[in-house]
Amino acid sequence: MNIHEYQAKELLKKFGIPVPEGGAAYSLGEAKIIADRLGSYPVVVKAQIHAGGRGKGGGVKIAKSHEELDTYAGEILGMNLVTHQTGPEGKKVKKLLVEQGLKIEKELYLSIIPDRATAKIVIMASEAGGMDIEEVAEKSPEKIIRVSIDPLTGIQPYHCREAGFGLNLKPEPLKQFTAMLKNLYNLFTTYDCSQVEINPLIITADEKVIALDAKINFDDNALYRHKDIQAYRDIDEEDPLEVEASKFNLNYIKMDGNIGNMVNGAGLAMATMDIIKQVGAEPANFLDVGGGASAEMVENGFRIILSDKNVKGILINIFGGILRCDILANGVVQAAKKIGITVPVVIRMEGTNVDEGRKILSESGLNLITAVDLKDAANKVAAIVM
Amino acid sequence: MSIFVDNNTRLLVQGITGNEGQFHTRQCVAYGTKVVAGVTPGKGGQKMDDIPVFNTVKEAVAKAGANCSMIFVPPPFAADAIMEAVDAGVDLVVAITEGIPIMDMIKIKNFMSGKKTHLIGPNCPGIISPGKCKIGIMPAKIHTPGGPIGVVSRSGTLTYEVVNQLSLRGIGQTTCVGIGGDPVNGTNFIDCLEAFQNDTETKGIVMVGEIGGNAEEAASEFIVKNVKKPVIGFIAGLTAPAGRRMGHAGAIISGKSGTAQSKIETMKKSGIHVCDSLGSFGDLCVKVFKFK
Repeated sequence: MNIHEYQAKELLKKFGIPVPEGGAAYSLGEAKIIADRLGSYPVVVKAQIHAGGRGKGGGVKIAKSHEELDTYAGEILGMNLVTHQTGPEGKKVKKLLVEQGLKIEKELYLSIIPDRATAKIVIMASEAGGMDIEEVAEKSPEKIIRVSIDPLTGIQPYHCREAGFGLNLKPEPLKQFTAMLKNLYNLFTTYDCSQVEINPLIITADEKVIALDAKINFDDNALYRHKDIQAYRDIDEEDPLEVEASKFNLNYIKMDGNIGNMVNGAGLAMATMDIIKQVGAEPANFLDVGGGASAEMVENGFRIILSDKNVKGILINIFGGILRCDILANGVVQAAKKIGITVPVVIRMEGTNVDEGRKILSESGLNLITAVDLKDAANKVAAIVM
Repeated sequence: MSIFVDNNTRLLVQGITGNEGQFHTRQCVAYGTKVVAGVTPGKGGQKMDDIPVFNTVKEAVAKAGANCSMIFVPPPFAADAIMEAVDAGVDLVVAITEGIPIMDMIKIKNFMSGKKTHLIGPNCPGIISPGKCKIGIMPAKIHTPGGPIGVVSRSGTLTYEVVNQLSLRGIGQTTCVGIGGDPVNGTNFIDCLEAFQNDTETKGIVMVGEIGGNAEEAASEFIVKNVKKPVIGFIAGLTAPAGRRMGHAGAIISGKSGTAQSKIETMKKSGIHVCDSLGSFGDLCVKVFKFK
């Protein structure tokens, strides 16, 4: 799960990590109140959306006066912000973060991630702050400091020193940095983060270490034990169809293609999307109905796929193990009769009770195209797109 | 022969009295797996069918001689269950549970370091040595005993698809291992590849991967140096968008790393026969695995 920058900074503050003074505003009036409270200019106005590259897209401005604040806050609130991460359609800005402007002496990069290959928690730090860390890793990997931490013993002072000295910090900032890094690690583990990234972490002209930006992602599997983080979820940032699907425990991801698909199991679902592409069409979605799909889930899956107006056909691919093909077939028939199919549907089933399942489909009187195997299914999907 | 599990495996089931635990335990018993015990804290002394239930794994090991545990415990309690099994000293833990937090898995991996127990999973269908022993939720009848192919995969139903295509063409399996779709798991590709390389009955290997992480890349490097048997590979997720978690917690492209394209390229360079389209997987196997 992703959260907004202003929410991430609330968490940082809670863990004793210095962030700029400021607050979130939903309106021009609120933005002015925050600026008044800050008491002096410049202030920074930042669009709050779940995507990077906001500055380049015109979503971050520095206001040097009341008038400029009015102008910029007015421009950004409600704007359709397009960045390299939003896609060409962009995202509508509904919230701002208004913060004090700071005199920056040095910009650093700092992040914490779990390393899946080594099963350690890794701190990454670099003097190349403000830049995309993947770019730094590609062009000058020597500029990245990696400190690996055993989760059972946790972060030790020497880990913090290793990162701090690696960043060539002067004595005063070094002291602050080591203290804040320990706190950041605690935040990371306390809330089951999947990533904490502070880019840039700045040293101000008066030698203060402050998190100027903050990006925090959480492990979805651990959200059950963090009710306070669940409250940070912003439905506006999610695709409406994905929100709808999540209500029915359907694992659905909207894509831009023309062939919808419904599959049991994530790996098979991805492979099915790939097959759609290989026959010259584009997958309209990812949809894993899981191992224990019920007729109701199949029906809802159908409804969600069909509410995407780009969908010209649907491929259903089920390998019945625990999920029996006859049960699935009944679900498909029921759903099709209830919702009304508007596009061709190719069904490929294999596994437990497949013969009964095929019989149910062929006797349903519905215009369903059955496929004997994956190759056959692919050809039949290709015929739809032609 | 087979790897990791066979006729000598004496299974205990943690979470045996739950719905899923009961259902799949019965399926395993029906297949011939020796299920010697169940563990559900607070239900010690009861029986599930004829299987004695114990309060702790230690007790199940001591009294029923279990040497392997299958775990159906829900995510919030799964880490505890795995560590209990490791501490009780079983040889193998097969964790079926999906949805264990990554932080729990990271701790478990470090906890297990230096201990004798191996972990398969979590978030996996389990492991089957056809004709000998089934530990997990895979449909039994798609498998064909007698080898000569070993299968290792990060997926569930995708593995069934691949195994089914093998069986339909008369190609049997020695062991099929689902290593799971989580970012941090126990047994990895390399552990299985090494075991299959050392297993005399296994003549060829099928390796099914997907987007996310660099396990396939590491496996490719291992294959170049250590595996002399033919390997057929498949990678799911060529059309997966970056930054999205594709069902499995581990199936996510982060920035530029973990894409299907780069994995396929690395695998091809390493001499692995990569299947480009799942529909023709079986045909490729017939072509590559030409031994009798």
